[in-house]
Amino acid sequence: MNKYLLYPGCSMESSAKAYMESMNAIVEPLDLHFEEIDDWNCCGATEYLGINLIPAYSLIARNLALAAKQSPPVNGTGGTRTVVAPCSACYLNLAKADHYMQERPSLGAKVNEALAAGNLQYKAGTLDVRHLIDILVYDVGLEKIRDAVVRPLHGLKVAPYMGCMLPRPDYQHRWSDHEHPTELDDLLRALGADVIDYPLTTNCCGGHMTQIGPETAFELIRRLVADADERGAQMMVTVCPMCQMNVDAYQNEMNHFFGTDYHMPILFFTQLMGLAFGREPKELGIGMELVSARNALANIGVEEPVTQEPAAPKKKDEGLPMPRRWTRHEGRKEALK
Amino acid sequence: MTERIGVYVCHCGSNIAGTVDVVDVANWAAEKLGHQGVVIARDYKFMCSSPGQELIEKDIKELGLTRVVVAACSPHLHEKTFRTAAKNAGLNPYLVELASIREQVSWVHSDKAVATAKSKAVVSGAVSRVIENAPLEEIKVPINPNTLVVGGGIAGIQAALEIANAGFRVYLVEREPSIGGHMAQFDKTFPTLDCSACILTPRMVEAGTHPNITLLTWSEVVNVAGYVGNFNVTIKKKARFINEELCTGCGICQEKCPKKVVDDVYEAGLGYRKAVYTPFAQAVPNFPVMDKENCTYFIKGTCKACEKFCPTNAIDFNQQDELINIDVGNIVLATGYDLFDARRVSNYGYGRLPNVFTSIEFERLSNAAGPTSGNIVLRDGKTVPKSVGIIHCVGSRDRNFNNYCSVICCMQGLKFAHLVHERTGATVYNFYIDMRTAYKTYDEFYQRVLEEGTLFVRGKVAEVTDAARYSNEKGKLIIQTEDTLAGKQRRIPVDMVILSSGLQPRHDAKEVGKMFGISCSTDGWFTERHPKLDPVATMTEGVFIVGCAQGPKDIPSSVAQGAAASARVLDKILQKEVALEPIKATINKEMCSGCRICNGLCPFNAIAFLADDNVSEINPALCQGCGTCVAACPAGAISGMGFSDEQIIAQIDGLLLRNLEPA
Repeated sequence: MNKYLLYPGCSMESSAKAYMESMNAIVEPLDLHFEEIDDWNCCGATEYLGINLIPAYSLIARNLALAAKQSPPVNGTGGTRTVVAPCSACYLNLAKADHYMQERPSLGAKVNEALAAGNLQYKAGTLDVRHLIDILVYDVGLEKIRDAVVRPLHGLKVAPYMGCMLPRPDYQHRWSDHEHPTELDDLLRALGADVIDYPLTTNCCGGHMTQIGPETAFELIRRLVADADERGAQMMVTVCPMCQMNVDAYQNEMNHFFGTDYHMPILFFTQLMGLAFGREPKELGIGMELVSARNALANIGVEEPVTQEPAAPKKKDEGLPMPRRWTRHEGRKEALK
Repeated sequence: MTERIGVYVCHCGSNIAGTVDVVDVANWAAEKLGHQGVVIARDYKFMCSSPGQELIEKDIKELGLTRVVVAACSPHLHEKTFRTAAKNAGLNPYLVELASIREQVSWVHSDKAVATAKSKAVVSGAVSRVIENAPLEEIKVPINPNTLVVGGGIAGIQAALEIANAGFRVYLVEREPSIGGHMAQFDKTFPTLDCSACILTPRMVEAGTHPNITLLTWSEVVNVAGYVGNFNVTIKKKARFINEELCTGCGICQEKCPKKVVDDVYEAGLGYRKAVYTPFAQAVPNFPVMDKENCTYFIKGTCKACEKFCPTNAIDFNQQDELINIDVGNIVLATGYDLFDARRVSNYGYGRLPNVFTSIEFERLSNAAGPTSGNIVLRDGKTVPKSVGIIHCVGSRDRNFNNYCSVICCMQGLKFAHLVHERTGATVYNFYIDMRTAYKTYDEFYQRVLEEGTLFVRGKVAEVTDAARYSNEKGKLIIQTEDTLAGKQRRIPVDMVILSSGLQPRHDAKEVGKMFGISCSTDGWFTERHPKLDPVATMTEGVFIVGCAQGPKDIPSSVAQGAAASARVLDKILQKEVALEPIKATINKEMCSGCRICNGLCPFNAIAFLADDNVSEINPALCQGCGTCVAACPAGAISGMGFSDEQIIAQIDGLLLRNLEPA
């Protein structure tokens, strides 16, 4: 039973509408059932925790309390203890609140005192807070995703951009690595995309520095875009509404600031999944992005999957062999193969 | 009252006397415990000193003492001292009891009144107990003069040679096809820059040809039974698929073998070997082994090129693993270390960025017998680097990985800097947290490398990346680091990065330790008997640890430990017999119900079941007196000598002061 509680978060209803639409489009073919948490509220994003700790945690914990109440874990069918957050900031906040309420009982008590005013309470550790991509890679599995692909993304060169909030700090040891996690790479490869090695995958997009100190944010955005461009990516692919907005909406201003002329579209991974699953661009919110992905998508625009020429036999490599790649979840990765 | 008991309270300088009123304790014992048989109670500044011991001996003789209680430190330290003193005065040593009022009283309390009261209770317990003590006789068993050395690195070779040279048989067991260990992989050794092979291979040959050394390579110990002087060890000699009697080591099989595989062990994954191979030219023994996993014949059933070309018909595809059983008196563990897996520090890019190398890879790169014939080049196999960054403390002194210092990495990093500078003229940067160059002539080497022009940046490297930010970084590896001396962040573009990886306990150290009955520290290294005064012995008699198995160390220290352990082994051999503690368990057959619960619990397999009588029996030679069976026996049929129920109950009564006469 692939049932999950969904915490959509504010962005999904506004700036990241395309994320929401494309997520809804892939849920069904993958046999996932998302039940939205009733009456959820904003997670406080990245700012509130810096201002006042107890109200900030209470704001977050209200959602956890509602979720725990809505679908209590029961033996057998029906219940779930997993909350899915598609937005990295929401994911981090929910996971952080759960973790610190458990680690510091005094915090848990204060937050519960606040929740009690609304006749709610939350026992830390009751729920599993997970990000959408975690569910897709580790619960659904790459095998099933590969099977659902009807239009492989052959020929589309993408830079996988995980962002900084997802892999760190990894409270529950969910990711293959904190500096260079490979979940997004693996998933995009399963769709048939040509995934470049993108060393800045966990670098910061600037977050809300675009509002507070745009010059700092511009430099961070420039690094991301310039490196993706340098490595021949036709587009960046993200798992986070904030990353998408910063790279997309501020790219023009960044270009002005540095006198550069980058054109690097950035889409949500769910949009590419939808395309690979054969859905129409319109249903996936494609076209909502400010830096148009039209040219990049022209590479896979044809209905027929691009059949690749068999590669010419490689000349014998004279270099020295590379060591095998390492991951903390070696066993887990094996199971995915 | 038949016993005449003497009580001796030690000041231990101020160690005890600073917290406990020792005079009061002695007076109290004389006054309050007189009815139990205490005829004399004294205090003295250092009981363990010669005059202190003489005091006890004199009292035993002159006052006719039949029991002695010494209130001092833990029995771990001086029980033996006082037992020997008693023996010298003609008293059975097991009629002496130590009351620990230092480790368990003065060192853990600060309130003098409380500590003094507790000391009185501890002394009272010991007095009540010692009355119940029975005289015991030590058990003497002969020592087998053969020795097992596990691990054929430099430490194991040294230990084996020293013992063999003294005229005793040594079994040297090595897991790999050749002895030599890590040292055989190195090019130069710091700080003298001796060629590693040149100083090591004569020792290897000596060990390989020594009449007193039985070399068992490609072999592993699979079982250890027995105790000091009389270990019985089972060794698995893995099938080589080569008949050692016939093989001449000509090497034609390696030449003709069509299967080339990456050599993960000796070449550190940087070079290739054949499916049938000797790891390196000077291997000892020089017989190759066949790697069954990769051999075409074993995979596909055809090939046998080696067999066709072997001039002496030494190839034997039907060879099986063989179990060898040997008896030895002592065991030396020289099992070495594993290198920290640098891929775990993913921000340094090893395994992802081609031109990031580990220290052991660089050793092979710079080695004239290595995959590049000693040319220091990038992973493309040809480009000579113009700038090289060496990062220290990779995986060491890092709370995310290993907390400890790996000892050798600073000097290793300096050695690399020198070699790169000398052979390529490249600009070399060393990124260090602290420079640690202790030991003889090490710091002089540091000065020399400084003068050669190597650049040093003090700070922990944050990241090695190929994401260029500025034009001068294009196509380079950029080392992002904090420079703590200049107080700023730096980005230094280089062509090659070498990670000075730390040392780690062997991945199977825990299981190996368990097999030999020794423990590992929290970091996973084998635990020595005493960190300062007994660094090569372990808590298990007859089992010694040398080299990096005990903790990270350099070659001179490993050699010194190998030699030290051999002296300890020879000491045991030359005594010809060993006295075993008479602390053993015995089964009262009248009370034994034959339930066999104790049989499976005994960690030393010392309990046998006698089916005819339907009772269990303990073999006193195997019993180590741990007491597990005593506690487990539901019928109360087993008692531990030296730890009888009567002794324990009397001690508890004493501790609770129930033994005092009503006022």
